Amino acid sequence: MKRKLLIDKAGVPGIASYEVYRREGGYRSVEKALKSMSPDDVVEEVKKSGLRGRGGAGFPTGMKWSFLAKPEGVPRYLLCNADESEPGTFKDRYLMEHIPHLLIEGMIVSSYALGANTSYIYIRGEYMWILHILERAIAEAYQAGWLGKNIMGSGYNLDLHVTPGAGAYICGEETALIESLEGKRGNPRIKPPFPAVKGLWGCPTVVNNVETIAAVVPIVNDGGDEYAKIGIGRSTGTKLISACGNIQKPGVYEIELGLSVEEFLYSDEYCGGMKNGKQLKACVPGGSSVPILPHFLVTKTAQGESRLMSYESLADGGFQTGSMLGSGGFIVYDEDQCIVRNTWNFTRFYHHESCGQCSPCREGTGWMEKVLHRLEYGHGKQEDIDLLWDIQAKIEGNTICPLGDAAAWPVASAIRHFREEFEWHVNESKLSQQRNYGRVSEKTFVNATA
Amino acid sequence: MAKVTIDGHTIEVPDGTTILNAARMIGGNIVPPAMCYYSPLKGSGGKCRTCLVEVSKGSEKDPRPMPKLVASCSTPVMDGMEVKNTSSPRTLEARKGVVEFLLINHPLDCPVCDQAGECHLQDLAFEHGAAKTRYEFDRRTFDKIDIGPYIKLHMTRCILCYRCVYTADQITGSRMHGVMKRGDASEISTYIEKAIDNDFSGNVIDVCPVGALTDKTFRFKSRVWYTKPLDAHRECDKCCGKAVLWNVGDEIYRVTARKDQYGEAEEFICNTCRFEKKSMSDWIVEGPRKIDRHSVISANKYFEPVPEHTPLLNKA
Repeated sequence: MKRKLLIDKAGVPGIASYEVYRREGGYRSVEKALKSMSPDDVVEEVKKSGLRGRGGAGFPTGMKWSFLAKPEGVPRYLLCNADESEPGTFKDRYLMEHIPHLLIEGMIVSSYALGANTSYIYIRGEYMWILHILERAIAEAYQAGWLGKNIMGSGYNLDLHVTPGAGAYICGEETALIESLEGKRGNPRIKPPFPAVKGLWGCPTVVNNVETIAAVVPIVNDGGDEYAKIGIGRSTGTKLISACGNIQKPGVYEIELGLSVEEFLYSDEYCGGMKNGKQLKACVPGGSSVPILPHFLVTKTAQGESRLMSYESLADGGFQTGSMLGSGGFIVYDEDQCIVRNTWNFTRFYHHESCGQCSPCREGTGWMEKVLHRLEYGHGKQEDIDLLWDIQAKIEGNTICPLGDAAAWPVASAIRHFREEFEWHVNESKLSQQRNYGRVSEKTFVNATA
Repeated sequence: MAKVTIDGHTIEVPDGTTILNAARMIGGNIVPPAMCYYSPLKGSGGKCRTCLVEVSKGSEKDPRPMPKLVASCSTPVMDGMEVKNTSSPRTLEARKGVVEFLLINHPLDCPVCDQAGECHLQDLAFEHGAAKTRYEFDRRTFDKIDIGPYIKLHMTRCILCYRCVYTADQITGSRMHGVMKRGDASEISTYIEKAIDNDFSGNVIDVCPVGALTDKTFRFKSRVWYTKPLDAHRECDKCCGKAVLWNVGDEIYRVTARKDQYGEAEEFICNTCRFEKKSMSDWIVEGPRKIDRHSVISANKYFEPVPEHTPLLNKA
């Protein structure tokens, strides 16, 4: 049985309104948590569930919550990261647009678990209409007594605010988000100290993705053990995947982790296969930051095992032959797409979005973009490919925040798997302006190291 | 107290000391270079990434090595930590990369730049940079801006270390300018010509590691290695009055704060001392100043011969 825990009610007419949401069983988790559970019980359930951060890094949420410092007399904050700006990812948008109350319910339960009395949803500025949806939902929740002072007579107070960003991808990085929320320039902070110790206004803070917070609702309702039954291994529960690219049915799907990539890509229930009868060329399984996979590594790992939609299986083989589940932005390319152009496009994005604070990212992303532009438009040289490899290697791991890594990985993986296409762009520069290369040849990875 | 080993040298330092400061306590070749960290300025550091080092042992309790290189200026030491700076090829490779990144948009106009000779980027490029650039595109340029009558901002040379932002914020007491735009379009700005106007604004010149902020009273007058540094002081009601005069003969060409071997001002001085007191009668001279840094300023100085490890001389 394929279960949907988050968006199964998304199709119910009027689910965005409080009455319908409540009638469909909404806010049960708040009732349960406030009446029969202590905050530590909720944290314990989340730990049991094995829920992992849905924003990209996949860090266990229960563990993150237990790291939160709890000094006396200092407020704690829960921030919801709704700054969903990763190219290819649009799952949080779907969730907030259709079932805003699910996020609010999750925020109440999570804030209760962490002992936060003020919580914020930081939403990207481009989602202004969703901001209005959320504000309306919050007003309804206040009116119904789910927010404000003494919620449900439990003595627990919570104020929930929505704050829009101003259009910077970097503000999805948790410390940059905190800076931005404080009204400063959205530069990531230098860690340590981590937000769990010194976050918003110097107080202990937890930052969680929209989907992570929404997933707390079914965990509290049904129990962490029940949630942990779904999925495979350490990838428990369900995940929203936003599928796009050259597929029959782009959209947001909720899958049980552990579904095979082949089924996700080709079954009619999900993506419905390639569009126009074309062949698969490549796939970015988790948003633009994660390594791109060539066609022969999408449904099968290098060892020939079936690849599954899970944190572990997608990362199988490391960066040599694997990728990451990331934020679930599943981008599919058919044989007519140009990887050089795609890599240039991604790099252009990271160049535009680099905050400019630390030198490798500030200078390196611009440099990579210029070199890739040259390659794409047929003016590249053979050395450019090695140069690109060298630039990305010098950015990766040397920056303040993960944006440097996110900019480096797509370039590294594109060169690793599609080097012949890059070389073709140099050697057949005229031809490369007329047509695309097509699929790259299959390689075998015997000793997958480095 | 925490015991830390850097490139084989062990030292005990108070808890919370950063790796960089621990290295500075040891001194010598093992000190990582720092372009943005400036110890008198709170919050500075972590940005330029030239001070990256490899931590081969996290601590006594948790001996695992750190997976990434860490910025030594912002990473506190742990008891039993082992750090590799010059002994780590990974560190040197990354540092070479950072220097290359810093240089790709730098105009390399050292022959006409007033900072030449005492420029940290010059030193860094000399030690870690490649002789040839691999960058084949247009460099980023900006118009020069006058910040009041005494300071010139030449953003083209800026490496965005944020030191001047912290200085204006912390030394002068009110936030005056910051960084506008983002990525490689970032610039030091915000109505800067009108904004920076107070008695300590001249200190942004001293903290600038490159020639982006220069003293207009000294611009193009001489090269720093032709001037003779003298320790001097005067009675000043605004600051400590302790400064360095840079003379040619008896003529004061320039006044700066006294800087230690890492280029950090020992005490900040006011604009009156810096820009207006240019006559020897204003100052009580204490004696010649020894410049520790092995840049071109020290090349023909009074005390030390040129150090033997200077790479250029060894090659010749």
